[in-house]
Amino acid sequence: MIENLKALPQNLRDSVVRYTLHPTSDRERSQATFHNLFLHLQSVRVHRNTLRVAYSFGLGLITTASFVLLTLTGILLMVYYKPSTELAYGSVKDIHFVVPAGRFIRNIHRWAAHLMVVAVFLHMARVFYTGSYKKPREFNWLVGLALLVLTLGLSFTGYLLPWDQLAYWAITIGANIANSPREVTDALHITKFLDVGGFQKQLLLGANYVGQEALIRFYVLHVAALPILMAMLMGVHFWRVRKDGGLSRDETAPRDPNDVFSPTKTYGLMAVVRGRTPAVGRGPEGTVQSWPHLLWAEMAVFMFTVAVTLALSYFFDAPLKEMADPAIPENPAKAPWYFLGLQELVSYSAFMGGVGIPTIALIGLGLIPYLDRDPRGVGKWFGGPEGKRIFWLSTVFGLISVVALLALTVNCGWLRNWIPSIPQPVITLINPGTVIVLLYAAWSLWILRRTASLRLSAVALFTCFLAGFVVLTSMGSIFRGPNWQFYWWPSQWPVH
Amino acid sequence: MFDAGRRDFLGLAAIGSALAALGTALAGVLRLPKPAVLPGPMRVYKLGDPAQFAVGSVVKMDAEQLYLFRDERGFHAISSVCTHLGCIVAHSEREGFACPCHGSKFDTQGKVTGGPAPTGLAWLEVSLSPDGQLQVNGETEVSRGTRFQVG
Ligand code: HEM
Ligand code: FES
Repeated sequence: MIENLKALPQNLRDSVVRYTLHPTSDRERSQATFHNLFLHLQSVRVHRNTLRVAYSFGLGLITTASFVLLTLTGILLMVYYKPSTELAYGSVKDIHFVVPAGRFIRNIHRWAAHLMVVAVFLHMARVFYTGSYKKPREFNWLVGLALLVLTLGLSFTGYLLPWDQLAYWAITIGANIANSPREVTDALHITKFLDVGGFQKQLLLGANYVGQEALIRFYVLHVAALPILMAMLMGVHFWRVRKDGGLSRDETAPRDPNDVFSPTKTYGLMAVVRGRTPAVGRGPEGTVQSWPHLLWAEMAVFMFTVAVTLALSYFFDAPLKEMADPAIPENPAKAPWYFLGLQELVSYSAFMGGVGIPTIALIGLGLIPYLDRDPRGVGKWFGGPEGKRIFWLSTVFGLISVVALLALTVNCGWLRNWIPSIPQPVITLINPGTVIVLLYAAWSLWILRRTASLRLSAVALFTCFLAGFVVLTSMGSIFRGPNWQFYWWPSQWPVH
Repeated sequence: MFDAGRRDFLGLAAIGSALAALGTALAGVLRLPKPAVLPGPMRVYKLGDPAQFAVGSVVKMDAEQLYLFRDERGFHAISSVCTHLGCIVAHSEREGFACPCHGSKFDTQGKVTGGPAPTGLAWLEVSLSPDGQLQVNGETEVSRGTRFQVG
């Protein structure tokens, strides 16, 4: 028995780690990888292209790392947070000013959330511009879209929890956007039979106003339902990345003559069995061992994310306004920045801006891989020089048209200012938001006619939407002041 | 041949019943979050003795979310909830109502004059409660221009 006790540390370790922690040969590294639940999410060997920073910029991983940070800090915040209309504000204030390290943890949670939204948008853009949504990755593109929606949903639900003025009014606006299909059903006089808007709002708020029921619902969504869904879908997303053959790459590129190629994958590739493998220092098919190359890269991205988040959290505090007051709206009442483009659209028509155009954009994004079936150009930024040219042209077109339209709206108003008695459905259909969507669609169709390439026209459309998103978001964040009036700079806002 | 048909049939029946069970379960799950009764305070407000409001006065009622007006022709109440996305509008005698959230504008009668609001501000029913107090019903709209005369 004494013998066994003495051997306990060693045996414990051996029972946990099935193979060695310090693999020395490729064979041991492979075994270490696929005998571990977490490591085997990645294949044993990765292509060298996958590790190229300028290819993926590690954006998917930055998103993942921020999610991990959010989960950890979120659990800590839950220790003190109280989801009740009377206590919520106070508890957040306590976290900020009283709880040891509370402010820092809250800041990290806030900054990681911002970072995650930025990273997920950039990640989507990188996947799009490298043509990585093409066969066989169509489905993973759809999973990615679901992750994008979940990311935004998590930010939206989290925004209410502090129960301060910003939170209260942003969510009032958000919930009424869910209600906005009434703009259409009312105009058609069918709200009595088919009240989609009212139903959505009630589902979200559990009442007709933002109160205790709404707070509990948002809390449940924010701390349980959405994160669990997110974690599951992330699992699917990663698994598909691996099963779809790792990151996309240009299969047509000339191969390095020093690489060794075998016609089919064999266990020899994983270095499990000893085969007649390759020249010294060269892996089969231009690949390298995941352990340690990919692991180092991943570690670096995680460290980078943590470092950026910590630095921001150290210097900049998360905001907390006065406690929610249902009698006086915050003026201007702004949602978090990534929704301000939407808020700008909503200020033309609630239904089109809040429901119609986002739905069109999501459906359009989802259709991309099924419309553009051209297998060429995968794994190259913009698919080559032609695509790059279309990208720049579309950026210019996208920016100019949206800025011109905004300038017109700000200076001359819109239909109702010109014809005061104009019926609402006309404005719902024809407003700066729908006009810009039409302009972009027309541009992309024109590119399609000119080039006869669906890929290029997709690049045109995606680029235009990106330009529109950036301009509208800046408009909402920077140039809109009290009463949603245009100001060149926040310092010009009237004091009140 | 016949065997295969029977197998297909059994298979289809099994799948069908599984789907039916799943559908029922899903309906139940989705039914729960839709509230049967909407919680919230009664939206019928007693505002006290009508005589306390002078002719020509405008009173902003915060908790009730409305403006109460009294002019020569009687009382009327206009909801202060913007019909666009639910912010609270501000009132000025000359210009009417303005919403801080997305810049909707309404004239003194609550009709839309600018901005994204799809309809005008609601006029609410004013009446006298059995105990002689002025009462506004936040659930019932009346047509624009309706006045309530006391006595
Ligand atoms: C929570 C959000 C998301 C997370 C955590 C995430 C994570 C990842 C990670 C770690 C990768 C590996 C490669 C890389 O780092 O670029 C990846 C690849 C991929 N992602 Fe995402 N992603 C998210 C959202 C999205 C979105 C919004 C889309 C597109 C609509 C998308 C589509 C894809 C596709 C198609 C790939 C394969 C790319 C290739 O093979 O080159 N993902 N994702
Ligand atoms: S809520 Fe009044 S203008 Fe949007």
